Amino acid sequence: MKKKLRITLISGILILIAWLSSVLGFSQYYFDYFMIIAAVVAGYQVALNAYNTLKRKVMSIDLLVTIAAVGALFIGEYWEAAAVTFLFTFGSYLEARTMGKTRNAIFELMEMAPKKASVKRDGKEVEVAADEVKVGETVIVRPGEKIPVDGKVINGSSEVNQASITGESIPVEKTKKDEVFSGTINGKGYLEIEAEKTGQDTTFSKIIDLVEEAQEEKAPTEKMMEKFSKYYTPGIIVLAVVTYLITFDIRLALTLLVIGCPGALVISTPISIVSGIGNAAKNGVLIKGGKHLEKAGKTDVVVFDKTGTLTQGEPEVTDLINYDISRDELINLAVRAEKNSEHHLGKAILALVDNVDQFKAPEKFNSVTGKGVTAVIDGEQILIGNQKLLNENDIEIPAGVIEDKNKFNKKGKTAVFVTRNKKVIGILAIADPPRQKAAATIKKLKEQGIKKTIMLTGDEEKIAKTIAEELDLDEYQAGLLPKEKVQAINELQAQGNNVAMVGDGINDAPSLAAADIGIAMGVAGTDAAIETADIALMADNIGKLPFALGLSKSTSRNIKQNIVFAILVVGFLLAGVLGKKVFLASGMMVHELSVLLVTLNAMRLLRYKSENLKAKVSKA
Amino acid sequence: MKNTKLYLEDLSCPDCANKIQKVLNKTEGVKNAEVHFSTGKANVEYDEQEVSIEEMKDAVSTTGYQVIRVR
Repeated sequence: MKKKLRITLISGILILIAWLSSVLGFSQYYFDYFMIIAAVVAGYQVALNAYNTLKRKVMSIDLLVTIAAVGALFIGEYWEAAAVTFLFTFGSYLEARTMGKTRNAIFELMEMAPKKASVKRDGKEVEVAADEVKVGETVIVRPGEKIPVDGKVINGSSEVNQASITGESIPVEKTKKDEVFSGTINGKGYLEIEAEKTGQDTTFSKIIDLVEEAQEEKAPTEKMMEKFSKYYTPGIIVLAVVTYLITFDIRLALTLLVIGCPGALVISTPISIVSGIGNAAKNGVLIKGGKHLEKAGKTDVVVFDKTGTLTQGEPEVTDLINYDISRDELINLAVRAEKNSEHHLGKAILALVDNVDQFKAPEKFNSVTGKGVTAVIDGEQILIGNQKLLNENDIEIPAGVIEDKNKFNKKGKTAVFVTRNKKVIGILAIADPPRQKAAATIKKLKEQGIKKTIMLTGDEEKIAKTIAEELDLDEYQAGLLPKEKVQAINELQAQGNNVAMVGDGINDAPSLAAADIGIAMGVAGTDAAIETADIALMADNIGKLPFALGLSKSTSRNIKQNIVFAILVVGFLLAGVLGKKVFLASGMMVHELSVLLVTLNAMRLLRYKSENLKAKVSKA
Repeated sequence: MKNTKLYLEDLSCPDCANKIQKVLNKTEGVKNAEVHFSTGKANVEYDEQEVSIEEMKDAVSTTGYQVIRVR
């Protein structure tokens, strides 16, 4: 690379000297002399490459350029020869530099790969290469170190930055039994990890493989362009020979050779795809290839699974009513009563406070299956449960309280009563609420031009309706079996829609496969989901969806711009050369400029940003 | 048989990728080589008894390009 730059510089200076001598009125001899040296300096490596590849019976652009330059020297067009070789070398240097930028996204990812690991072997701690750790071994990770394997925490706790996997740099709390990933960075704690996957098998390594495969997979338009250029180049050579035989205009024939490689056209598609997919990967979005990218860019209907996609998938206390008691006191009693509960509704109640440990356990605790819990706290009897539990215990429920409860039920929420010494003191409404960023995501999708957002769920009508209204979805269908979800998607497609389906990638694999684009969310660690999806969002963050679809759309548009521009350039050059308006130097100039412009246009995709959507904080 | 990935210095045109691919495929011990212009990378399947990574690097360098990373 440096050599290329040096050659370009020397030849450029020689050309400058030649022009200077001409301007200063020195004899033509000097001008010609310096131009010839400039052409030889810049053209030597080109000719050598042409010769090396010709030996292997491969025809290269270098060969066409060499013929053109040598031909120009023969007919005495020294300036043209110098200009062609100089521009060609300089152009390929600039192209390589800019092309390299589009590859950087993946190199930056690779740099995050762990290199060393500290492992416990025979009771001693030894340092080994990260890919030499064996499955089942205990790995020690100190504060600030990179986690070298995929595995489970067996000792210690810490906050881990998982940006290399999920694209999100907010640290995630990890304690015993939690899953950690290779390539993520340990915070301030000490961790001991049991290795489950190492080396090439880690999620991190798979991501890099997938991204590379995706970038190498040829999009349909790319294949078309390659076919075109396969015939174009020999076609131009034949045209050059024929032109010479008919017109005996050697300058015209040589110029044709210079424009023989439609460089901008050939790179128009792959360069945009590499930029787009690379940027996506850096932000925790895996797009499985150019084909999927082009399809995703055409999406006009987005279909969502409900549980775990639009909602968190974990029940939460969404509303709370207190009767003749303070809110804090009610929460205090409810949390203490449920302290030892294993039930998922009980866990939702415990989640009302951050510091469960500081709440004293009840003196007595009993869980009544299907009904609730009974407890004794500070000598008082506390019940948390449904109407059956209260009836069993002869507790009277005032009409007003029943009315409150019914309001919640209408919204599809589960309402539980809290009583103290046979008197109702509160109602807790529990539901699986929408994700904090779900509403903002739907809104953003509509701004991006998505025509319809639809929720398909197996849940009952009431629950579906509440969520759909809260999130401002266009449509919803409730009570569906997995098979019926697939049918619903097929119907949307039959109406001529391009359908993207968003789900967790496991339960809804059939719907993801049925849709034009299957998007799986929160897939870090679940290989099956990563593999089935066309687009995988590594983080469990629905807010990445507008970024994924928006970037796809921008990339498709970018490809189209590049192709249209490149075709115009090819047409313009051909017309210009045949019309004798464009000659060797100017032809090469336009050619190199067009390649550079296409590359720069694609590079804009590297700057497409993942917007941080506003989270809606839930009530309770 | 082993697989390796050779990352090449930045290629300036798709033509260079074809060139390197042909050279690698003609190197003894290389079962199959695929060079991608878009990622600037050669995916090589080779027989480690017959050819070393160093020898493949040398083969690539005859085309005027260098291998900058191996994975």
